[in-house]
Amino acid sequence: MTEAPAGTAPPAPAGPVPAGPAQAAPAQAPAVLARAGRVLRRLAAMAATLLVTSFLVFSSLYLAPGDPVSFLVRGRSPGPEQLAELRHQYGFDQPFLLRYWHWLEGVVQGDFGRSHLFHQDVSAVIWSRLPSSLLLVTTAALIIAVVGVGAGIVGALRRGTRTDRTLMLLVTIGAAAPAFVVALLLRSLLGVRLGWFPTIGNGSGVLDRLHHVVLPAIALAVTFTALVTRVTRSAMLDELRREHVEVALSRGTPRRTVIRRHVLRNALGPIVTVSALLVSGMLVSTAIVETAFGMSGVGSLLVQSVDQLDFQVVQAIVLLVVAAFVVVNALVDLLQPLIDPRTAAGGSAR
Amino acid sequence: MTPDTRAAAARLGRPARLTRLRALGGSPLQRTCLLLLALFVLAAAAAPWIAPQDPTFGSLGDTLLGPGAGHWLGTDQGGHDTLSALLVGTRTSLVGPLAVVVFSTVTGIAVGLFTAWRGGRTDALAGRVLDVLFAFPALLLAILAVALFGKGMTAPVLAMAIAYMPYTARLVRGLALQEKARPYIAAYTVQGHSALFVTVRRMLPNIAPTLLAQATVNFGYALLDLAALSFLGLGVQPPTPDWGAMINQGQAAVLQGQPLSAIVPAVAVVVVVVAFTVVGESLSDTIAGRDPR
Repeated sequence: MTEAPAGTAPPAPAGPVPAGPAQAAPAQAPAVLARAGRVLRRLAAMAATLLVTSFLVFSSLYLAPGDPVSFLVRGRSPGPEQLAELRHQYGFDQPFLLRYWHWLEGVVQGDFGRSHLFHQDVSAVIWSRLPSSLLLVTTAALIIAVVGVGAGIVGALRRGTRTDRTLMLLVTIGAAAPAFVVALLLRSLLGVRLGWFPTIGNGSGVLDRLHHVVLPAIALAVTFTALVTRVTRSAMLDELRREHVEVALSRGTPRRTVIRRHVLRNALGPIVTVSALLVSGMLVSTAIVETAFGMSGVGSLLVQSVDQLDFQVVQAIVLLVVAAFVVVNALVDLLQPLIDPRTAAGGSAR
Repeated sequence: MTPDTRAAAARLGRPARLTRLRALGGSPLQRTCLLLLALFVLAAAAAPWIAPQDPTFGSLGDTLLGPGAGHWLGTDQGGHDTLSALLVGTRTSLVGPLAVVVFSTVTGIAVGLFTAWRGGRTDALAGRVLDVLFAFPALLLAILAVALFGKGMTAPVLAMAIAYMPYTARLVRGLALQEKARPYIAAYTVQGHSALFVTVRRMLPNIAPTLLAQATVNFGYALLDLAALSFLGLGVQPPTPDWGAMINQGQAAVLQGQPLSAIVPAVAVVVVVVAFTVVGESLSDTIAGRDPR
């Protein structure tokens, strides 16, 4: 679904565009200013996107059939007086935009309202589940980065060989193997049949937790590893075809050095960009993996809250996932000049 | 008439294009995948007649049976025949993604053609809106839809169609911009044809094969997302047979060391999605070879 951006840059020599030494000193200040302006513009765009998405998530409540207050308290049966009080408490007696504004003020301060199911603040409920989800996501991200990029490099360097074809077949299957299927196979084979790993729950204590997180992390990682492998392979192949690689090789630079410094270094930009696009999909997949492995985390909390009609929690988690996606992608854009200095110079060096 | 416009005119020849599409079966893998898909579609169409049993009938005396004469693929913990559930479940499992792909492709084409044709500020604004939509992954939007409208398939399918639309719209916009620069479009505009006629009747047929390839791949992804939703217990509700729901139902038996009733639908999901991906990619390879842009 996502493809590496096609590089249409002229085969420029690696490294930043050389600025003439004579004009370097006066050009310095505008360059810094331009960079600061670029950062500010990107941050402003991020803030705007966050504002729009938060508005969408907030107003989604009004799409629900019936009265919003009765919708929020489904599953209980408050009397008319209680209902009126709740209406006031939630601010439904205020105009729509004003209510959004108050909600947003709360959200910015970490106040997402109260959960009916847990009789606690939504933020407290999410906060208590966050560490185990973070452990799961980080472990999976580690697998994705190491295996995905590694396999992509191997595939590109051995293009057309049997190794490459096998890898590409595995990638097609991996991209089509949903987390719940991988979870099923891992549990039944490595968990139940061989008994190497626990099949349910989070575990307690550091080692036990790590032991519990191995299978879920693999289940979460498979699809995304396949996608990252594909992107890495094609980005590497794009770079391998460039003239500067040929020049470096013909000068007698060791192949290993050329791959590392001229090919991989240049391919890193698109790899990181595309990986950032996968963040939201991965966060949502934690819902599948945590449910499959009976783990307590933010993902399984989302499913549980939908199941138990606890809309405030659903709304908060949806907002957090979307916000994480927006922020990560903005960060990647801002960090791009560090990964590939050419993008800082012209903005479109690639 | 320049050679370019003549080539473009030749490409408008409908029958020739169809024969090329038909001749897509390249490698054995691609032909196998096409055959598999045909089989699944056939199974979906004929399910009620070829299913050996009523999949909603559970015999409590025959729970978690292995494969045997009476039940070729065994039974689940409710004593339902797995083969029958698989066959009948093909329907719900294929109809949902079909609806997602049809809705998202039609709206995506409309948005893509409109923005590419208008260009300028409309295009820029639409681009920003699509950027916002990209931040909502399909499964998340589907889950939100369930939270709002209750369990079932209608709301999630619509939500996922909205989530998939930007991908098609981006693709259509890119292709349409390329086509717009070609002389035949200018020729039609000069002759005074309306924008609607030129884009829909003249431009769209030229980009349709690429869209078909994209829609095929999207079908696979949509199937995955909808199966995931049913797996979470938020989509298709038992006793209606559905692959994702079957995997969910089979979870408990997995822990008892009887994973068959969950593995059968899981394999079906993976096989169908791989087949759709392979067919979709071979389609776009065929198109790329035919028409180097």
